[in-house]
Amino acid sequence: MPVKAQVLDGEGIRKVLVRIAHEIAERQPADAALALVGIRSRGELLARRLARLLEEFTRVMVPVGALDITLYRDDLGLLSSNPVVHATEIPFDVTGRRLVIVDDVLFTGRTVRAAMDALADLGRPQTLELAVLVDRGHRELPIKADYVGKNMPTAREELVQVRLSESDGIDEVVIEEKQP
Amino acid sequence: MTPKKLLIQGGRLVDPAQKIDGPMDLLIEDGKISCVGKNLKAEGAEVLDARGKVVAPGFIDLHVHLRTPGQEHKETIATGSRAAACGGFTTVCTMANTDPVVDSPTIVEFIRGESAKVGLIRILPFAAITMGLKGETLTEMGQLQAAGAAGFSDDGMPVANAGMMRRALEYSRVTGLPVVDHCEEKSLSAHGVMHEGQTAARLGLAGIPAASETVMIARDILLAEATGGKLHIAHVSTAEGVEIIRAAKKRGVPVTAEVTPHHLTLTEEALQTYDARFKMNPPLRSQKDLEALREGLKDGTIDAVATDHAPHAHVEKEAGLAQAPFGVIGLETAFPVLMTELVHRGLLSLSDLVAAFTCRPAAVLGIPRGTLAAGSAADVTLFDPDAAWVVEPGAFLSKSGNSPFLGWHLKGKITDLIVAGRMVFKGGQWANGVKTE
Amino acid sequence: MTRWTRKDLLGLEELSKEEILLLLDQARAFKEISLRPIKKVPALRGRTVALCFLEPSTRTRASFELAAKRLSADLLSFQGNSSSLVKGETVVDTARNIEAMHVDVMVLRHNTSGIPALVARSVKTSIVNAGDGSHEHPTQGLVDLYTIQEKKGRIEGLNVLIVGDVLHSRVARSDFWGLTKLGARVTLCGPPTLVPAPMEALGAKIAFRLDEALPQADVVIALRLQLERQQERYIPSFREYTKLYGIDQEKLARAKPDLIVMHPGPVNRGVELSPEVADGPQSVILDQVTNGIAVRMAALYLVAGASHSEPADLPAPQPDPAEVGT
Repeated sequence: MPVKAQVLDGEGIRKVLVRIAHEIAERQPADAALALVGIRSRGELLARRLARLLEEFTRVMVPVGALDITLYRDDLGLLSSNPVVHATEIPFDVTGRRLVIVDDVLFTGRTVRAAMDALADLGRPQTLELAVLVDRGHRELPIKADYVGKNMPTAREELVQVRLSESDGIDEVVIEEKQP
Repeated sequence: MTPKKLLIQGGRLVDPAQKIDGPMDLLIEDGKISCVGKNLKAEGAEVLDARGKVVAPGFIDLHVHLRTPGQEHKETIATGSRAAACGGFTTVCTMANTDPVVDSPTIVEFIRGESAKVGLIRILPFAAITMGLKGETLTEMGQLQAAGAAGFSDDGMPVANAGMMRRALEYSRVTGLPVVDHCEEKSLSAHGVMHEGQTAARLGLAGIPAASETVMIARDILLAEATGGKLHIAHVSTAEGVEIIRAAKKRGVPVTAEVTPHHLTLTEEALQTYDARFKMNPPLRSQKDLEALREGLKDGTIDAVATDHAPHAHVEKEAGLAQAPFGVIGLETAFPVLMTELVHRGLLSLSDLVAAFTCRPAAVLGIPRGTLAAGSAADVTLFDPDAAWVVEPGAFLSKSGNSPFLGWHLKGKITDLIVAGRMVFKGGQWANGVKTE
Repeated sequence: MTRWTRKDLLGLEELSKEEILLLLDQARAFKEISLRPIKKVPALRGRTVALCFLEPSTRTRASFELAAKRLSADLLSFQGNSSSLVKGETVVDTARNIEAMHVDVMVLRHNTSGIPALVARSVKTSIVNAGDGSHEHPTQGLVDLYTIQEKKGRIEGLNVLIVGDVLHSRVARSDFWGLTKLGARVTLCGPPTLVPAPMEALGAKIAFRLDEALPQADVVIALRLQLERQQERYIPSFREYTKLYGIDQEKLARAKPDLIVMHPGPVNRGVELSPEVADGPQSVILDQVTNGIAVRMAALYLVAGASHSEPADLPAPQPDPAEVGT
């Protein structure tokens, strides 16, 4: 897939995550129990990085969970076969917490809607917020992110690809041409 | 229409009884073969062009079930006769397991009467060995023979009791007719629905072991040896069975045997999809059994091919493998299937195959048919050995369609049939004057 | 990554190793849902699952019912063992009626081998075989594979011993196929009258003496012995069976200390397993039950996703027609 442009490189991603971590810490109420839930799979990796950054400057451990939203997708039954499900691993009680959902790209908003439904079945968080690395526009649902790494206007047919060293060997965010 | 003189010209004449296999003409006069020779000429004779075709004696099937009386929804004498004619058979022997059973002279006469009314081919009814097929008392074999029975069989059922079988073999000597046993030891075959082997083990189905057949073949042969009765083993399906018969013939025991076309061409693997079209008794067995049966036919251990044509209604066979009745039809496919799978593959000569359909079954019955010798009744079958065709589901003349050969590509087709000098089937069509409803 | 494309789940024999691993993998993902307070996901919301149990069953039925409900499916239940419903032709008829109600998945149990395959060819509905005669019980096979993998960490290279009435057991056959495809070494053990010799040609080891076979086993799966077998004269008596093939503390003492004991249930306590063994530390029978739900959720989820595929055509087993010589 031909790369049209590199929007963020490794250093860019690091700076953006540091800023988001500070923003989350800044808005933390005194009596709230914070936790991060990353949407599989890259959202989870980003959530873990954010948790480490938060621990660095608040000296407080932030629990991280991984959420698989496959079973809550609104297009199940319309696809040619049911997509593979991965496990959801949230090793803490969701009820009463200040949860920040973390994902790599915010696009139509359907993934986040599915995540909210999934979390509702797991308990009753006190508050829910959304942190994304990239917001590329083209929302189809009334969803907005509370913390955004970078706003990127894109054309609908373009592909926004987030690569992280833990899974892809390199840190970068690129825009690619969609395959014909 | 029975022409006074019919000259069959230009064909390849195959008559194993006379050891003939070559280009020869055949002249039929007044319903009898008058002569066989090269380049025959006959004044005023109707000519049947047999170029490209094989001319053989009319085929004889020792073992068919025409379901009459009692189950005419599966087959009637009329539909069965048409199916037989289309398969090249001028004579068929009907089994006695009808409803009511053919165990009295009246029923033999009834079947002969119906057959005469249809008037297409010769039907030789077999009568039961025991009353009602119950295995308890002998039928009146002498009177049944007088009424026209051509042999005795409880087929469908074995003669379970050894003492009864001994009496039957002894008593039948007064008639000189063959006693045909369906060799199955029921306590071994129990609830089996297919061959007891690898496929049954995988499919989780109860099996019919080879032993259930061989145990009875051995028993019957020893009893025949002791009593001198004329024993014929129906539908042999096991390698061990062939071996036992071979050894007995070597000793001089007067035993004959038959095999079906499906046992010569299919194995237990056909049942992998649980399709009841492949369910019959005895069942399709292993590759090893199939090869032994082919060898047995080739070396004469097995005398004849007989179809065990067993029509069943579609709905019954759709009931799933475990519940469906046993049996497959075979009259229309028998010869072409064996042409394709044995002769065209070089496993059996055309002459040997024709013998298995003509002079050898005639010898089992002790009748002067199955040959084109001068003076014989003019029962003639013509076929195109290379005609290619596909077995289509809707195309059977039999009332039932339960064939294991659906979709098969065959090479060899019956083109003409003459019974007692009368044209029944000509150029692949019913001859003029033949009623086909 | 393998995708599931089959309309039906009829048995493990026809599945590839990758397909079996996919099912087990998905089961792992679904197990977590049963541990939540709200044991429900909307994956099959608005879809309909029909349970047709034409042979009595409590556990398997309950397991499938829970699995379907936890996936938010609508449930339809047919039961029966009246002889009219048990004949093959009427089952196809019943299946067509269910198809006409636009049911997505039909879970079928029947006392005759081959009926689910017949039904699967006749309707577009997805069919999940919940046990057909002595042929296969694929979800139970998967439950056993899952449980072994969970407890032992692997399947490849394990010695698995299946003890009991193998001849009549659909669980034994499904277990055999699943274990063999995943690389385990399977030994079938039981009275010679109940262990079919042809299975050896398919790759199983056969043993008639449990005391010789048990010490090498890493896993033992005990099969239920039905009352009828003594009446049908396959075994001389239950007492003899228990002495030779029942698993008790004494026999376990001479086996590996980490041997796990499994049983598809319900257990004939005192026959296949002594009560101490059935309830003891080496028994994982209750884990099998728990895993049953996750496995069945995975099966329903995957099969429902492929429910519009075409059923395969019946092949005509003629030797290659092109080979016919001239």
